[in-house]
Amino acid sequence: MPETLVFYLLSGLAIVASALVIGQRNPMYSVLMLIASFGALAGLYIQLDAPFVAVAQIIIYAGAIMVLFLFVVMLLNAPTEDGADWDKAHPLQLPAVTRLGSMLAVLLVIQLAWALMEAADINGPVAGQTGAAAVSSVRQLGRTLFTDYVFAFEATSVLILVAMVGAVMLARREGERS
Amino acid sequence: MEIRTLVQLGIIGLTFFMLINASAVLVLAERKIMGFMQQRFGPYLVGPHGLLQPLADIIKLLMKEELRPKGADKWLFTLAPVLSITAAFAAFATVPWGAETTFFGLLEQPVKLGIADLNVGVLVVFAITSMGVYGIVLAGWSSNSKYSLFGGLRASAQMISYELSYATALAAVILLSGSLSLREVVDAQAGTWFGFIPRWYLFLQPVGFLIYMVAGVAETNRAPFDFPEAEQELVAGYNTEYSSVRFALFPQAEYINMTTMSAVAADLYLGGWHGPFLPPEYGWIWFLLKVGAILFTYIWVRWTLPRYRYDQLMRFGWKWLFPAAVINLIATAGLVLYFNA
Repeated sequence: MPETLVFYLLSGLAIVASALVIGQRNPMYSVLMLIASFGALAGLYIQLDAPFVAVAQIIIYAGAIMVLFLFVVMLLNAPTEDGADWDKAHPLQLPAVTRLGSMLAVLLVIQLAWALMEAADINGPVAGQTGAAAVSSVRQLGRTLFTDYVFAFEATSVLILVAMVGAVMLARREGERS
Repeated sequence: MEIRTLVQLGIIGLTFFMLINASAVLVLAERKIMGFMQQRFGPYLVGPHGLLQPLADIIKLLMKEELRPKGADKWLFTLAPVLSITAAFAAFATVPWGAETTFFGLLEQPVKLGIADLNVGVLVVFAITSMGVYGIVLAGWSSNSKYSLFGGLRASAQMISYELSYATALAAVILLSGSLSLREVVDAQAGTWFGFIPRWYLFLQPVGFLIYMVAGVAETNRAPFDFPEAEQELVAGYNTEYSSVRFALFPQAEYINMTTMSAVAADLYLGGWHGPFLPPEYGWIWFLLKVGAILFTYIWVRWTLPRYRYDQLMRFGWKWLFPAAVINLIATAGLVLYFNA
């Protein structure tokens, strides 16, 4: 019973925090709410018997990426987001675009609900099911990642590398050669 | 309640108590060692040889008025020191500090000295330590002061830069021991080579140990890497606007972080509680000695080296320390593969 209670607490926290990320105007608080949401997700991973994934979630997302977010927000030091004129004239604010966006959002919710309904034995505990060891033991996780899913793993790393090179190219000003 | 549960609660309480006292002892030790290095006596008036100085400091800080700047963010200004100290204490939760013991036959089943023993213990320490930076960054931002903001900005850039080298140095030790549990890493270092050299990872990972120590100094914001504070440039950096208890929590968190860093270094590189002469039940004495030696080195370094420039810090971190850590990791991986095959 306490496990169910903790589950609902953590998922509630994750949902509320995620809603607050876009729900209020101070970017600093948005970043903090995102961190709280990541923390709640890490707790859910622990409940799923996956301590390594939980710790990786904290180290990479809450510990590293969000520090960079915070760095950028502090550097710009924008106290509040206000609806400027250019914001209202932005192409993303056109009625057609907004309608398409909401349609896609509804589609995503339907898809998610369908996936959850279709997934077999979703109610049981993770431990004892097929593939449970691959989640809870770091050794098994590493082995699965570097054998069965090695293509997806390497493709992701190449993708991130491309993004990184692109960012460096964009950040370099025109005519600057060093 | 079972006696075993009580004993384990006692161990948790003892760890907490030791951490709080570690910060008080370190404040005094720092001023005393600094004094001797500068041919002075250091604090000398409160108690014999100034031993009660930390107590006087605490009372003074408790009596001070709590100030909050007018433009400060009310919530984050209060949250920041709490976040700092919480992360500092929580990081010690998976650090073991002694062998299994029955307390001289008092218990039937031996208990482990240390709070929790997780199979990802090393990573948990690292994860919680990396959360500690938010305390400093938020303190800098919420104070609504230019100096504080600069301190917070510097802290976030510095932490990101040195965390990489720190984690890479840790990964090399994990490769050697084949386990992410700190207790198993320590137990893999039991015994000796040729009968007299202790099997410490320090001798297999001399470069890794150096990288760990340098990155550790930078992670805990100690001189010569104390840029978030940098008295001569930023008044007091991120904690400029703080006073009273809220202020006191920041140095306390720093000293506890130092203790955690040293304890993890003793566990990973210096064989933890394994050592000659003492029976395993008294292994924690070795552990305390090793932690004390590393902490002394921390203080020694602080009062010997001047602060770097900020661009030097970034260049050193990215162009020297991180490549060295990566080469160390690859070399270790190759050697482990060669000797295990």
